[in-house]
Amino acid sequence: MSIRRHRVLALCLLAGAVAALAGCEMVSHTRSTINPVSDFGWAIQNVYKQIFWWCVGIFVFVEALLLIAIFRFRVREGSHETPEQVHGHTNLEIAWTILPAVILVFIAVPTIRTIFAVAAPAPADAIRVTVTGQQWFWHVDYPDLGIRTANEIHVPVGRAVEVSLHAADVIHAFWVPRLGGKRDVMPGRTNRQVFTVDKPGLYHGQCAEFCGTSHALMRFDLVAEDPASFDRWVAEQKSVPAPPTDPKLKTGATTFLTAGCIACHRIQGSPAQAQIGPDLTHVASRARIVSGMLENTPENMSRWISDPQAVKTDARMPNLKLKSDQVEVLVAYLQSLR
Amino acid sequence: MSTTAAALPKLQEEAYRGAWSWITTVDHKRIGILYGMTAFCFFLIGGLEALIIRTQLAVPEGTVVAPGTYNALFTMHALTMIFLVIMPIGAAFFNYMIPLMVGARDVAFPRLNALSYWVFLVGALFLNVSFLVGQPPDVGWFAYAPLTSKAFSPTHAVDFYIFGLQILGISSMMAGFNFIVTILNMRAPGMTLMRMPVFVWMTLVIQFLVVLAFPIITVGLIFLQFDRFFGTHFYLVEAGGDPLLWQHLFWLFGHPEVYILILPAMGIVSEVLPTFSHKPLFGAPFVIFSGILIGFLGFGVWSHHMFTTGLGPVADAAFSTTTMMIAVPTAVKIFNWIATIWGGRIRLTTAMLYALGFIAMFVIGGLSGVMHASPPVDLQQQDSYFVVAHIHYVLFGGSIMGLFAGTFYWFPKMTGRLLDEKLGKLQFWLQLIGLNVTFFPMHFLGVDGMPRRIYTYYGTDGWNGWNMVATIGSYLIGVSVLIFIHNFFRSLRAGKPAGADPWDGATLEWTIPSPPPVYNFARLPNVTSSRPFWDVKYASPAQKAQMEKAERERGAEHIHIPPPSYWPIVLAMGMAVFFAGWFFNPFVNVAGVLIVLAATFAWVYEPGH
Amino acid sequence: MSTAAVAHAEETSLGQPHLKVGFWTFLGSECLFFGSLIATYMSYRGHSVTGPFPHHGPPTGTGILNIPVTTISTFVLLTSSLAMVLALAACQKGHRGKASFWLCMTALFGLTFLGFQAFEFTEFYHHGLSLTQNLFGCTFFVLTGFHGAHVSVGVLWLISLFVINQREGISPENALKVEIAGLYWHFVDIVWIVIFTLVYLIPD
Repeated sequence: MSIRRHRVLALCLLAGAVAALAGCEMVSHTRSTINPVSDFGWAIQNVYKQIFWWCVGIFVFVEALLLIAIFRFRVREGSHETPEQVHGHTNLEIAWTILPAVILVFIAVPTIRTIFAVAAPAPADAIRVTVTGQQWFWHVDYPDLGIRTANEIHVPVGRAVEVSLHAADVIHAFWVPRLGGKRDVMPGRTNRQVFTVDKPGLYHGQCAEFCGTSHALMRFDLVAEDPASFDRWVAEQKSVPAPPTDPKLKTGATTFLTAGCIACHRIQGSPAQAQIGPDLTHVASRARIVSGMLENTPENMSRWISDPQAVKTDARMPNLKLKSDQVEVLVAYLQSLR
Repeated sequence: MSTTAAALPKLQEEAYRGAWSWITTVDHKRIGILYGMTAFCFFLIGGLEALIIRTQLAVPEGTVVAPGTYNALFTMHALTMIFLVIMPIGAAFFNYMIPLMVGARDVAFPRLNALSYWVFLVGALFLNVSFLVGQPPDVGWFAYAPLTSKAFSPTHAVDFYIFGLQILGISSMMAGFNFIVTILNMRAPGMTLMRMPVFVWMTLVIQFLVVLAFPIITVGLIFLQFDRFFGTHFYLVEAGGDPLLWQHLFWLFGHPEVYILILPAMGIVSEVLPTFSHKPLFGAPFVIFSGILIGFLGFGVWSHHMFTTGLGPVADAAFSTTTMMIAVPTAVKIFNWIATIWGGRIRLTTAMLYALGFIAMFVIGGLSGVMHASPPVDLQQQDSYFVVAHIHYVLFGGSIMGLFAGTFYWFPKMTGRLLDEKLGKLQFWLQLIGLNVTFFPMHFLGVDGMPRRIYTYYGTDGWNGWNMVATIGSYLIGVSVLIFIHNFFRSLRAGKPAGADPWDGATLEWTIPSPPPVYNFARLPNVTSSRPFWDVKYASPAQKAQMEKAERERGAEHIHIPPPSYWPIVLAMGMAVFFAGWFFNPFVNVAGVLIVLAATFAWVYEPGH
Repeated sequence: MSTAAVAHAEETSLGQPHLKVGFWTFLGSECLFFGSLIATYMSYRGHSVTGPFPHHGPPTGTGILNIPVTTISTFVLLTSSLAMVLALAACQKGHRGKASFWLCMTALFGLTFLGFQAFEFTEFYHHGLSLTQNLFGCTFFVLTGFHGAHVSVGVLWLISLFVINQREGISPENALKVEIAGLYWHFVDIVWIVIFTLVYLIPD
């Protein structure tokens, strides 16, 4: 291997890396794990930063040592002398046993401190949210506020939130990267996550534990807003929608009750009270449908209702084989549920 | 067949020809080759699965495969690479090299060795036949309950997983007993434990991990089978069961399994570096003891795979600490390897490049491992692409690179011909670049919040660029493997003749011809140090004279070569019938048991063994 | 397995025949197998949602385990270990008749134990404890069932040795065959003592 070829390869590698890096600069990091917006996220970030720089240091040290060794002791043309036969060196062994151990202490101490810090119980005034994972969407309940919704969690900025996690079927994981780490959603036990968001915004989340066919599409949104907006949202969600008066919407409401939707969904103020599928009382108020997958537009909604499995493979919502006019009135009705 | 060395060449020609001789072989070298070739075929299959996965993810909302197919592909990619590639390629080297390196004529139980191979083949086919019936395992290689229960996985997909793994476990455990006995009990005269080559030591540690870790997954799989077939509730919440039980059993096996995958490469590197540095391994006892320590600690860290399940802060802190402790013996190894090449006369052959590449890449995987040893950090990294990057740096940058080092190092011993160095170096550089282009961006994807095991993502998620880069890298790896295949067949046919000792090696395998005769050693060697062949080659004239005198004084040796046997394959088929019975009806199970029992009795009474 | 291994026992590095070293590793592996089964039983203790329960089921009911009967079967199994020791001793001394007698006795004691187990299983079944009834049923039957399967394999092994000894005799040089079977038998016996203590004797 000639040195020239080394250089060519190194250059190629570098060029590739730079090109790729440039390509990546253009996107926004909507789910970055290192751009936290909550106390929980910052606690993790602080440990991560320390460990990261230790690792970078060790990486540079070890790889440099390796490269120096390779370049310095590469065989020279025509050299055949036998190098000194060194079998070992006890002091060196002791040194490089103790050195990593000491570094690990520096990593372990903040780690263990943070483990206990993030496990602390929620303050008494925390907003309690119960999230239930189910193949492949999320129920969201506010037991103290009497609200039930789905796939869109609203929290006020600056106030502690305690999320209790339940699973209705298999294991899922609740993860909003910018808020902090993930927690598994386990059948038969309740996991908790406590955080206070410090910056208003829309934060995307996603199931992080493989949970079957459409695991990739089990998304959700978390909206952090100022307390006033949050209170407005709460009031809105608590209101019971009045029965529709518009004839088209009325047909839509009737279709909802007769076509089969009623078997799984709830719309408060109507006879539909089943709680298997997402609560649709205020479905039009949500930004996205199909668990964070599609923009909440009439077109997307009719696509979804017409053939759920074509949008989300193995979706539990059955294809009710509705006629297009049925879908149209149904969508109009659902879109009126603000 | 008992005879002396002089009469053996003829015997070798007669009994070692034709397909039947391969089916009935009990020769550790041939079994090693069978393991290697089979595993390489699965390497291609697993690689193809990986390429389809990467093609699907190259752009957002990819449509190459359906979601269900994607889930099956990542499940089978993992199962294939772990159980059908890295473990059996390791087994190929154990089989071929361990008897040569400890100075023995075969393994302790040659027929059991053949049985291990045939059972492995049955298990491998079991897993992959699932594709043909359209029900490949699709629940991830970790197969978390209750997704695996009848309610959520009604097809046979999980059954193929259960029985495939059970069969492969049986094979690995049998091989484990065999190699433990071979290494402990069949060392050449004078080869004390501390004079054993480090590769042999690492093999010994691996086999202990195998025989102690596999029974745990066996039990876990039995529970799963009972839940699915007989309606028990081991993992079902409704009756008070706990899905976490599976996770504990799985990772109690699964973490030692990780060391089962990496230690062969560490052993190989510990052979290759000294040879091509023309120096002994630096601090060999420390390398050995750190290997043993890694094995021990491997049983005490399993819950670090479960930090997100909510075990509580005390358990998290405890398992975090034990996990971090593993970094110490690992660091000791890496420093000793660097110290080995330091001051040496480094020949950058392909094998050496791979060994050096192993160190460079394994360091990256090891360091990202330290990051998620910290539970708070792991809460972010777990199940994200960061972990995908980590395991591929460890298993591809580590294990596969180490195994390629072994391939280039020992191919001449196995075939008598050298692999082409030019093509080898081209393959190495392409692979090194390819693996970094593929797996390094996955760190960024993970940090950007991309979860693993998702078949699709959206353009607005911000993951487009790095995914495309990773896919391009994966094709580079594909090309490097094609170069290897070309090199392999070309060298097999027309490679440079290797001679007995092409690399100026120090261990016993280089003292005998390439490829070795059936009986390996005409006379069992007498070992006086950890570098027996070095001692002979670099001895002073006086020492040489003394050795020759001692050699003359030894009489002719009686050589026992066990005759071929077809009972191993019959027994393996009996096992296949037994396990296939679970898909058909109990009579098939009974038939399988009867075949196994009959073959066992015939086995015990077979003459000549 | 390998007579060559026996003949060359003195040449091995550890001075022990291959078969014996291999069998000890096998038993190490078995320890983890039963260890996992027992650990599962212990971690699921008292987690059954419905009865019957092993000891004192809540709120009143008595446990389903019949400790006196199992004590007898445990005693039988322990006695079989003694018979096994005597069989090996007889074999090593070349007393073919005696060896046959004690091999036969060991197998018989083993069969008696299996009979007790069959009785216990049917009894439980009639009292409503099936494999699928509750967590206790799952863990109990799978644990003791796999132990019973091990005893059955042992009985088959002992009977085979008995037949071999009757037909061609087992010479003292070949006593290793009996010794290995003995190792297995004692191991299975010890596992039972652990099971008996943890499952039967220690109340919830």
